[in-house]
Amino acid sequence: MKRLRYLFNNKLAALSLILISATFIVGIFAPWMAPNDPNEVHMELRFASPSWEFLLGNDHLGRCVLSRLIHGIRPSVLWVLAALFVSAGLGTIIGFIAGYRRGRIDSFLMRICDIMLSFPGYVMILAIIGILGVGVENILLAFVLIKWAWFARIVRTSVMGYAELEYVKFSKALGVGNLRIMRTHILPVTLPDIAVASSSAYGSMVLQISGFSFLGLGIQAPHAEWGMMLNEAREVMFSRPEMMLAPGIMTVVFVSAVNFFADAIQVALDPKLRTNSSNRKYQSALVAEKMRRDEVA
Amino acid sequence: MGGYMLRRALVAIPLLIVVSFLTFILNTLSPMDPAEVVLHTQGVPRITDELLTETRAALGMDRPLLTRYWDWLLSCLRLDFGDSYVTGKPVWSLLGPAFVNTLQLTLVSVIAVILLSVALGILCALKEGKLLDKSIRSVSFILTSMPSYLLAALLVLYFSVKLDLLPTNGMDTVGSYILPVAVITISYAGIYFRIIRSSMLSNLNEDYVLFGRACGLPERKITKRILRNSLQMAVSVFCMAIPIILGSTVVVENIFAWPGLGTLSVKAILARDFPIVQAYVLVLAAAFVIVNSFSDMLNAWVNPKLREDR
Repeated sequence: MKRLRYLFNNKLAALSLILISATFIVGIFAPWMAPNDPNEVHMELRFASPSWEFLLGNDHLGRCVLSRLIHGIRPSVLWVLAALFVSAGLGTIIGFIAGYRRGRIDSFLMRICDIMLSFPGYVMILAIIGILGVGVENILLAFVLIKWAWFARIVRTSVMGYAELEYVKFSKALGVGNLRIMRTHILPVTLPDIAVASSSAYGSMVLQISGFSFLGLGIQAPHAEWGMMLNEAREVMFSRPEMMLAPGIMTVVFVSAVNFFADAIQVALDPKLRTNSSNRKYQSALVAEKMRRDEVA
Repeated sequence: MGGYMLRRALVAIPLLIVVSFLTFILNTLSPMDPAEVVLHTQGVPRITDELLTETRAALGMDRPLLTRYWDWLLSCLRLDFGDSYVTGKPVWSLLGPAFVNTLQLTLVSVIAVILLSVALGILCALKEGKLLDKSIRSVSFILTSMPSYLLAALLVLYFSVKLDLLPTNGMDTVGSYILPVAVITISYAGIYFRIIRSSMLSNLNEDYVLFGRACGLPERKITKRILRNSLQMAVSVFCMAIPIILGSTVVVENIFAWPGLGTLSVKAILARDFPIVQAYVLVLAAAFVIVNSFSDMLNAWVNPKLREDR
């Protein structure tokens, strides 16, 4: 609770959190929130400027930009979140097994992670789209396939740092079951690391998926997605540059909020601020692990 | 030292083999029959079963998996990746020049990223908490949250359309490097300069700085020592940056129509030209593994502490 309060003392972090949650809510209730049908074509209203009926104007087919923006939240933001949850969950389970059991299982799992991580992220995504075909669900699948290894690495490093602590040894001596030790003693302390890792991965994932949609490899017409809207805007970039404004600003604001929030939780949860030095070594290992995968879309 | 290098190199070899095998079986994971794809892309009007078996035999699909893998690996080592389904040309004749172009773009960008982020990192660390530091950090924060294609579009709109200074696509002149390199540099320098800045700052709190001050060393000399220690961090960061940037130029290449691997692969994916996709994955993954090993070695050479563990 103390950490949460710390987070909210940071005004900008609170603002980011509000922005992110607002985006989620609008996205979940998109059909009720959007003023118009996002796919309804009004050829007579091509590139119309904002009006009371179409608050952000109309695109090259006369579709309502605001409604498309709202419906675009689902693929751009929510589905990515789902992929993040799946890969973080998978990574956590595998990281726990590897970090807690150690030995052969650990080295076997880590070799698999090494293999997965030896494909650069973009190449892996392109490979999967290449086989399974173009589409947003294949990109999400690719995300899960790449990111679990990354999460597993981080969680393993984190679990290893805690599994050797006195209170865990004590519980073991008392004969407490392994599952129970993991659940009550290790999971709560590793959650901050998982939270920091997932929130910092989220921003780059949102950027990547919009990048692929921008290239035409992601979501297919007529569905709306921010990257795809920007792609449509690019075709008229020289005559109507203002078409890039709405989806562009939305993406930048959302990703900035996510990144800012990620930084804020990192500061709020940084073990260095709570205890000193003892966690230094593993903390630097975590940072190194994270840096390895810092990709930008 | 030599032992570490050897061990690191030996780790790379099994990794390369597994990576190549995975790339090979990508083909078999495809929901579509390759023979059917070949016939489709060649525009054969009516596909009969006989035709399919014939094509399969021509592609060597009827042999066992491992023998196919072995043959494939041997021919890959000779840079023979088969022929493109669409144009029928050998894959390497398309992929080779594209790889060189991507490599050029990556190297120029990495140099620019290093220069910019070291300069900004040092500047911000020396002016920590001042207006300059804060403003540089906030601007970089927004720039790293911006999709690179948006940044690219804005730069094109301003420098190429409004000022008419720089070409928007291709790689004909030195000028055509400027925009793509700028986009990559801005996106990555924003991440890396923060790492250099924080490593400079954590060095500031070390005992040797205090000791130097107590001995009355001039600030200039102390700064120089901090710099030398932080540069170690910088080297390890950039060793990681090279493979990452090499693997993620896809979007930038496509925007600026850079004739590199990214453009080639996206075109191949849209045309379902599988041999090119496969060769692309193999070449980049292999390059990634090799560059990663080299950068780990370079890292260990600069920073002896890293040689011990792992």
